[in-house]
Amino acid sequence: MISMNKWLVALAVGAALSVTACGDSEEQSAVTKAAGKQEKVVAKKGSETAEAKAENQQEIVVYSSRKEHLIKPFFEQFTKETGIPVIYITDAAAPLISRLKAEGERSPADILMTVDAGNLWQATQEGVLQPLESEVLEANIPESLQDPDNEWFGLTVRARTIVYSKERVQPDELTTYEALGDEQWQGRLCLRTSKKVYNQSLVAMLIARHGEEKAQQIVEGWVANLATDPFSNDTKVMKAIEAGACDVGIVNTYYFGRLEKDNPEIPLALFWPNQQTTGVHVNVSGAGITKHSSNVENATKLLEWLSSAEAQQMYAGLNMEYPANPEIKPVPEVEAWGSFKADDMNLSKAGELQPQAVKVMDRAGYK
Amino acid sequence: MQPTELSNSSPAKDASDHRWRQRLNDWFPAILLFFVFAICVLPLLPLIGSWSNVEGDLWQHLWQTELPELFSNTLLLIALVGTASFLLGVGLAWLIVMYDFPGRSILQWGLMLPLAIPPYILAFVVLGFTDFGGPMQHALSAVGLGIEWLPDMRSPLGVSLVFTLSLYPYVYLLMRSALQRKGRSSYESARTLGYGKIAAFWKLVLPLTRPAWVAGLALVLMETLADFGAVSIFNFNTFTTAVYKSWYGFYSHNTAAQLACLLLLFVTLAVLAEKWGRGQGRYEQTGTALKQYRQRLSGVWGIFAQISAWLVFALGFVLPVIQLVVWSVASFERHTEGTLSLLMNTVILAVLAALLTLMVAAVVVWAQRHKASKPRAFMGEFSQLGYAMPGTVLAVGLMMALNIIDGWIADIFDAKGQWLATGLFALLLAYVIRFLRIGFGPLSSSMGQIKPSIIETAGILGAGKRERLFRVYIPLLRPGVLTALLLVFVEVMKEMPATLILRTFGWDTLAIRIYELSSEGEWELTALPAILLVAVGILPVILLIKKSEV
Repeated sequence: MISMNKWLVALAVGAALSVTACGDSEEQSAVTKAAGKQEKVVAKKGSETAEAKAENQQEIVVYSSRKEHLIKPFFEQFTKETGIPVIYITDAAAPLISRLKAEGERSPADILMTVDAGNLWQATQEGVLQPLESEVLEANIPESLQDPDNEWFGLTVRARTIVYSKERVQPDELTTYEALGDEQWQGRLCLRTSKKVYNQSLVAMLIARHGEEKAQQIVEGWVANLATDPFSNDTKVMKAIEAGACDVGIVNTYYFGRLEKDNPEIPLALFWPNQQTTGVHVNVSGAGITKHSSNVENATKLLEWLSSAEAQQMYAGLNMEYPANPEIKPVPEVEAWGSFKADDMNLSKAGELQPQAVKVMDRAGYK
Repeated sequence: MQPTELSNSSPAKDASDHRWRQRLNDWFPAILLFFVFAICVLPLLPLIGSWSNVEGDLWQHLWQTELPELFSNTLLLIALVGTASFLLGVGLAWLIVMYDFPGRSILQWGLMLPLAIPPYILAFVVLGFTDFGGPMQHALSAVGLGIEWLPDMRSPLGVSLVFTLSLYPYVYLLMRSALQRKGRSSYESARTLGYGKIAAFWKLVLPLTRPAWVAGLALVLMETLADFGAVSIFNFNTFTTAVYKSWYGFYSHNTAAQLACLLLLFVTLAVLAEKWGRGQGRYEQTGTALKQYRQRLSGVWGIFAQISAWLVFALGFVLPVIQLVVWSVASFERHTEGTLSLLMNTVILAVLAALLTLMVAAVVVWAQRHKASKPRAFMGEFSQLGYAMPGTVLAVGLMMALNIIDGWIADIFDAKGQWLATGLFALLLAYVIRFLRIGFGPLSSSMGQIKPSIIETAGILGAGKRERLFRVYIPLLRPGVLTALLLVFVEVMKEMPATLILRTFGWDTLAIRIYELSSEGEWELTALPAILLVAVGILPVILLIKKSEV
C-alpha cells in the first residue's frame, strides 16, 4: 500500500510543471487519502474481474476491427457448437494494436482480428501477436494469404478493383490500374481518400511491382484525372459514377455487392484489371493470436473453425467477400462477378511498404 | 512518549493542534486541486514523452507535403466557424432577448436544439442529402436540372457550415443568459446617455458580455479543433486528421503525439492570449435578471432577422431530423436487436460521467475560490485542457499512463491483471478529463455570483458552516450545477473516439454503433441510432433553456 502511494505521489509530482509551495507532509497525507479511496474502488473491481475469469476459464476475448454485425453471428454460432463463450470489442486497427501493446502481459485479449494486411503486418511489427502452428489453418488458408511467420491468417478475401459506368465506358477501354492515369481518363476518375488503408495497400503493391518512382508517376496520373475531390468511402465513389460525375473508380468488391443488392439494375459493373500482368489486387481480413493470450487453445479452435468449410462461405458471404479457403465457393451473387487472376505477391509486402505508399500519395497530391 | 504529551489539556498541544488544523484547512483545497491536476495531465505525459524520439525524415516529409496546407485549412476553419458561430450565437441571442415576434417562444428553445446533433451526424446527413445519388439530386432531376446544380458541400464552406450549425448553441446559450442579466439594462442606460443603437451594442453590451461569448466561442473552437469524425466524413484535412494519419498511415505514434502536442500548445496560447487580453478587469455578473419588456420586431430588418432565425432552426435541426427519420423508416427492418441496450449504456455512462465531472469541477471551483493564486489558476486551467485534445489522443494517452501504473501495481503486489486500465473506471476518467471544462464553466460562473459579502452577512446573522452550505451555497449554485450536469450529459452522450478505445466489453454506446455503420458509408442504417441519440439529447437541451428562462 505505502509504496503504491509513494508511486502515485512521485507520479503526481513528476507530472506537475510547477509545484505549489505546499508542505511535504500535508501533500502526502492528502494524496494518500485520495489514493486510498480510489484503491478501494479499484480493488473491488479487480476482484470481480478475477472472479469472472475463474468462472469462465475458457472464454475467448477478441479485439476486432471487423465490424460487429459481421462477426457477432459467427461468434454466437461458435458458442452454440462448442460451448465456448466469446466476448469482443471493436475499434479501428491502430488503437487496438496500441491497446494490446500498452496492456502487455496484462491484456485480456486472445485474438486480434482486423482488416487489411497492412494492419496485420503492423501488428506483427509491434510484437502483439504470436506464431501459431495449426495444421488445420495451414491446410485451409493459402500461403500468400498468411503471415510468413504464421502470426496471422487471412479469413476472407476482397478484391480492390475497377468499377465503371456501363453507360459511358466499354470494358475493352479498360486494362490496368496503371492505365487509369492515362490521358483518356482525364476528368473521368473518382477515388476514395488516400487515408484509407485499402488505397495505401494498393499503392504499396504498385511500389512493390514498379519501384517508388514509377508508382508515384502512376498516382500522379490518377490525381490529374480526378473528376472531383476524393470521397470518404467507396459507396460515394460509385454513387458519383452512377450520377455521371465520373466514369470509372477503384473500389472493394463487397461495396459494389451491397449497392447491387439494393438495386440490381445499377448501371455499373466491375472490371478485373491487370489480367495480362500482375493480377487483381486482393486483400484480406484476418486474425492472429495475441502474444499474451491466456487461452491459446480455445482461440486456436475459433480461428480453425472460421477457416473451416462450415463457416467460410457464410463468414465471407455475409459481407459479400471471397472465402480465403480456396475449396469453398463464394456466395452466388459474388460468383456472378466472374473469376479473375489475383495478385499472388505475399500481402505482408503491403504492410511493409505502407508508410512509403502514404508518402508517395502525399507527394502526388492525392488527398 | 510522555503521558503528559498525550493529555488533551496541554495548552501547547492545543495550540499546535489548532494551528495544524488551520493549516490543513488552508491547504486541503489546494492539495485536492493538485490531485485533480495530476490526474488531468496524466494523458499528456505520454504525449510529452514522445519527444524523446523525433522522426526527422517523417517531419520533413510532412513539412514538404502537407503541413502548410493543414495549417491554412485549420486556420480557415477556425476563422469561418468562429465568425459564423459568433454572429449566429450573439445575433440570435440578442434577437430573442430584446424583441418580440410571432414564434419567439418556440425559437428560444428551438435554437438550442441543434446542440443535440453532434457534428459527425450532421456531417453525414448533409453529405447524404447533397451528394451524388442523394435526395437533392433526385429533386433536381425531377425539375430537369443536372448534377452541376448540386452544391459542393465538400469544401471549406460546407465543413464550416456543419460545425457552425451544430456548435453555435454554446454561444447562444451563454450569451442569452448574459444578455438577460445585464445586456438589456446596460444597453438602455447607454441609449439614454445618447449612444446610438449600434454604438451602444458595440461599445457597451459586447464588452460587458465578453466573458459569456468568449467562453462560448472557446467551446465551439476547441470542439472544432478536436473533431475527427466530421472532418473525415468530409475528407477535409486539418491538424487533427494529420495526427490520425501519422498514427494510422505511418504507424508513428511518436509523430502523432508530437502533432497533438503542437495542437495543444496552440490552444493553450490562445487561452492565455484571451486571458491577457481581458487584463486584470473582472467581469462580475452583477444584477439579477429582470422581467423583460421586449420590443416588437418590425421593418425590413425585422423580417430578415425572423427569417434568418427560422432558417437556422430549420437547417440546424428540423431538416436533419426529418432526413434521419426518413432514413430510419427506410432501414428499420434491417436493424438487428440490441439498439435499446445501446441506448441504456449511453444514458448510464452519460449520467455517471456527468456526476463525476461535476464533483471534480466542484473541487477546482472550490480550491480557486478558497484562495486566488497563480498556481491555483494555472492548475485549474491546465486541468481543463482535455477539451481541446482529440478524443483518441486523450484516450490513448490515458490508456498508456494507466497501463504503466497497472504495471507498477503488478510488480509491487505481484498481482497480475488489470487494475486501473480496465472496466468503466478508465472510460469514466477519460470523460471527466475530456469534459471538465464544460462542467467547470457554469459552476464557476454561478460561484462568481455568490459574493463574499453574502457569505459574511450569513455568518453575521449566525449561520454556521452547515447552514451556509445548505441555505446559501447550494440554492445559489443550483442553476450552475444543473447547467453543468446537463451539458456534460449531452457531451458524453455524443462522445465517440474515447469511448471506442476505452470502453469495456458489453458497453457499446449509440455513438459506437454510429461509428461502425457510418465508417462503412451505411448512411441509412446509421440513421436509427443517430435519431435515438438526438432524441435523448433533446430533453436535457430543452431543460437547459427552460432553466435559464426569465
